[in-house]
Amino acid sequence: MKLEMKDSPGQLVAALRPISDVGGNIIAVIHQREPGSHDGLLNVQIVLDLPERRLDELVGLLQKEGVHIQRIGRERLLYRRTVIMIGHLMHTDLSDTIDRIDSTGFAEVSELAMSMPAISERSSSRLTIKSVTKEDMERAIEILRSVSQEKDLLLIEPLEEMA
Amino acid sequence: MKIAVIGLGSVGRGVLETLAGKNIGLSVTGIADSKSGYIDPSGIDIKKVLMQKKKTGRCGDAGMTAMDVVREADYDILVEVSPTNATDGEPALSYMKTAIKRKKHVVTSNKGPIALAYKELKALAKKKGVALRHEATVAGAVPVFHTLEQGLAGNDIRAVFGVLNGTCNYILTRMAEEGLTYEQALLEAREMGYAEADPTYDVKGIDAAIKLVILANTIWGNGVTLDDVDRTGIDRLTPEAIRLAEEGDCTIRLIAEADKSSGLLRVSPRIIRKNHPLVVEGSLNAISIETDLAKEITLIGKGAGSIETASAIIGDLLFIAERYGRRP
Repeated sequence: MKLEMKDSPGQLVAALRPISDVGGNIIAVIHQREPGSHDGLLNVQIVLDLPERRLDELVGLLQKEGVHIQRIGRERLLYRRTVIMIGHLMHTDLSDTIDRIDSTGFAEVSELAMSMPAISERSSSRLTIKSVTKEDMERAIEILRSVSQEKDLLLIEPLEEMA
Repeated sequence: MKIAVIGLGSVGRGVLETLAGKNIGLSVTGIADSKSGYIDPSGIDIKKVLMQKKKTGRCGDAGMTAMDVVREADYDILVEVSPTNATDGEPALSYMKTAIKRKKHVVTSNKGPIALAYKELKALAKKKGVALRHEATVAGAVPVFHTLEQGLAGNDIRAVFGVLNGTCNYILTRMAEEGLTYEQALLEAREMGYAEADPTYDVKGIDAAIKLVILANTIWGNGVTLDDVDRTGIDRLTPEAIRLAEEGDCTIRLIAEADKSSGLLRVSPRIIRKNHPLVVEGSLNAISIETDLAKEITLIGKGAGSIETASAIIGDLLFIAERYGRRP
């Protein structure tokens, strides 16, 4: 979220405190004084991870501190990972494969690209998975590993985390 | 210092040709191939022996075995460059043990004995006060062990990632570049001399896994074996899968990965961004090392080749000559 506050001692701390009060986790704080800005206001961008349904409470607390909220950008799921699966994807029930992730409640398949060269040949697919936390992502990947083994699919994982 | 060379395949010939062509202060007093052996305490005429090998297929007397040379020749360093036996490391393992027991240093390119018995060989070498060096076993010419043991001395090595098999990297590069199928790229690799008639050892990730085991044992002394490596090869990859990866500015490479804290050892095809330092072209090798002090270091170079591998052997020989050579 992007905040605007008075550029005076203690203001930033006052704005950050409510975040931990509602159980949020601050990921990054970016603040810059723009040259030539003499209006005594400070623009701050805060990236944070907040539990479900606590946002309204936080907004109320911030307003009480005299902090003006310029913009709130929301992304419910924070972690993304793209994997590739190769094999007889249709014959082994692709919608079941996807559902194993979607039904967890903590991760979901957000994108799917497929390439099927011929009916009898193996097809290739690229899946992007989203999850709320890194641990959830690990659990989701672990599910895909066991599904791949069960359905004799080749699972190709990324070497590193993609933002 | 005096050296004895066991094995006159591509690597052995590369070492001898280099020694014949460059004056680096080492004399050869023993040579053996699989069929013969030759000893001359006053120094062997290398060019003559290489010529004879080319003509007759033998480097010396049929009555003399490699073990005779290991046991009897007058040398300071044994250069063990005979073919790899991944099952039990023999007969190279016995050559090395025999030499070390004679208080001779050992330099090798032979992956079998190092992957199977590194701990035992290292302990024996320590007891006898000699060096055991194996720079050439992983990533050919790339000085990975010199970097790890000397250059990064004092660092805590946290993880290693590598492209350790040139054959697989060549196949994957060609599949990505030309949209070839795995089978087509493998055929091409064979024609180029990058793949063996039986490519199993390379394409199933066994060769990369053996090198990963050598890296883990050398770095952490953890005694892991080939069975501890979670291994997936490249033989089920499709050109469509690589194209799907490329749509996201990524590609697919066979990556060997060892992590200290989790104990993970894995060789598998991975999605990797195209501008990642490990994405090298053709038959090149690359290794990324993660440490506490230096953070990340990546080395890239030729993973195979006669003279290239000889470079790693010569580096080990001169390291030993420098460190132990001026002994009274």
